[in-house]
Amino acid sequence: MPEQLIFSFPHMGNYHIILKGLIEDLYPGAAVLPPPPITSRTLELGARYSPDFVCAPFKYNLGNFIEALDAGANVLLQTGTGCRFAYYGEVQKQILQDLGYDFTMLCLARENARPRNAYQLLQLADSKLNPGRFSRAFGLAIKKILLMDEIENYIRQNVGFETVPGSFTALHSQFLQDLGNTKTFLQISTLHRQYMKLLAQVSVNMPAEPLCVGIVGELYTLMEPFSNFYIERELAKSQIKVSRIMSATFLLLGKKDKKSLRQASRYLKYPVGANGVDSVAQCKQYFEAGYDGVIHMKSYGCTPEINAMPALQNLSRDYSSPVMHLSFDTQLNETGIQTRLEAFVDMIRMRKGILLA
Amino acid sequence: MKLTLGIPQALLYHRYHVLWKTFFELLGIDLIFSGPTTQKIMTTGVNLAIDENCLPFKIFLGHVEALRGRCDYVLIPRIENYGYDNMMCERFLGLYDTVHNTFPDLPLLNYNVCGTRHQDETRAFVQMAKELGYSPATGHYAYTKARKLQVDQENHRCEQQAQKLITSGGLKILIAAQPYITHDSLLAGQLSQILSELGANIFYSDQCCRSTALQAADSITPNLFWMMNKETVGAIQMLKPQIDGIILLTAYPCGTDALVNELIIRRIKNLPMIQIVIDEHQAQAGLQTRLESFIDMLQERRRLHA
Repeated sequence: MPEQLIFSFPHMGNYHIILKGLIEDLYPGAAVLPPPPITSRTLELGARYSPDFVCAPFKYNLGNFIEALDAGANVLLQTGTGCRFAYYGEVQKQILQDLGYDFTMLCLARENARPRNAYQLLQLADSKLNPGRFSRAFGLAIKKILLMDEIENYIRQNVGFETVPGSFTALHSQFLQDLGNTKTFLQISTLHRQYMKLLAQVSVNMPAEPLCVGIVGELYTLMEPFSNFYIERELAKSQIKVSRIMSATFLLLGKKDKKSLRQASRYLKYPVGANGVDSVAQCKQYFEAGYDGVIHMKSYGCTPEINAMPALQNLSRDYSSPVMHLSFDTQLNETGIQTRLEAFVDMIRMRKGILLA
Repeated sequence: MKLTLGIPQALLYHRYHVLWKTFFELLGIDLIFSGPTTQKIMTTGVNLAIDENCLPFKIFLGHVEALRGRCDYVLIPRIENYGYDNMMCERFLGLYDTVHNTFPDLPLLNYNVCGTRHQDETRAFVQMAKELGYSPATGHYAYTKARKLQVDQENHRCEQQAQKLITSGGLKILIAAQPYITHDSLLAGQLSQILSELGANIFYSDQCCRSTALQAADSITPNLFWMMNKETVGAIQMLKPQIDGIILLTAYPCGTDALVNELIIRRIKNLPMIQIVIDEHQAQAGLQTRLESFIDMLQERRRLHA
């Protein structure tokens, strides 16, 4: 272990704020250096050193690591469960070592993601880490995740209908800043009350029957807006209520294969890997709730989601509601996605017009 | 009335065909096979499958289509894992459901292996026999016997290969790949033919002692958890001193090979290696050129070292 620990980790959505707090709580005295925000350069760097047909999150993560190491980080955190993701750490470590970087990687993957093993692994970085501090830090982080997902969920559903443009965005960035400064459970609760009140005060002009779109699919592509061309923002611009169940909250607390299988019973008999069953179950939930369309997103070649696609197509046929499938890789040509999105939105709008008439 | 069961000759058929064949024959079920992969089967499969699927899966769908209407059931196993460190690719977790959703009206026969949930192979086969109307005792008997034959056949092949490794002269090339790629006549047929024409001896990564290979893999990549990839890596580690070169054969876009082959290339030093990716637009000339230059290089290397 190096003398001065400088931690870093890959980006995903706004969770870097919480991760930064988590590491600071685990290791007081250590420095945390989140990688620079994802840009096209990040992806270019990641793709250059990644295997050809690995999924896009691998390339994003690797790009983040390279940029973080260049900025001075020397301890990298990675995790992994479910699918290929569980094997990311070992391959990325090898690639970065071959590039000549000197660093330590703490990889909380598979069995190492279990609390006891995670504790032992994290203790390698600082022998003074004790169970009390460990559980408090993770407790705080989980509470922050729940809060952030709740706030972002509310914003996602309402931002398309704000009367003063930009009011939600301003509140959101203010919230993220405040969240980064919270240190205790009490502060988080206060923040929760405060922002729920503030959010309720933002004036929203929600029509009686808004267009509703649900988003399902592979977790990274869903949660990292850069990797899906900010699709939620684009949808909101067309006055659409956007819903997404997939979030860190869902992965930590809500994900139950048995429950999802029950919901998707007519379409799937067994789990199909990672979040494949959840995609089908959530899609069905959306259709039963009368949503106008579902967008299924994944990175190119994501096997669990491809396994779910025939079931999604059957769902779409049985409920006669549209599902649009989008795959993302390292192609950053926004126009292609925009055209398809516009066509999709026009189509569901027309269908709604016909159905309501 | 006697049942007819269709078995697609793709994916895990290349690994478990003795087991399946013996088991169902002992139960007195008629079997029909979809036959070796043909260009037509591949084209059908490619049209049926979602474009991002790996080529072996597309071919599998073509085989299933070929069996449609010719049998009472089609056998589609669903294998998740043989224990925590012996996972299968996600492809095999979803095999039953993808086929079921692609062919909703096709009756499927299915067995489910998931070692981490106490659903081992014995139990899975006994359950399957029960569904077909046989007593657990009959199912168990047939399974035990079939499993034994399967293991015997595997051991026999391993011994054969070990013998060949000692006796044969000339260049020795290890084809490191999933069994459903190496033993598919359409996917790897051309490659084996070119290699034999060039005078190379071919060895297969899946014809090494599996339990030894699983252990040997740990010394190269301790965190690897896909069973079939572990066997491949282990075979490389075991045969490394005796062979001249490795062909990493994979099909586009194989999810597990994408990562594992990258690691093999980075971690195995001092042994010539070439990665060949097969897709549905495979052309003979490109393959020929690459293999010829690889063999030339190996021969030159051998001459210098001699």
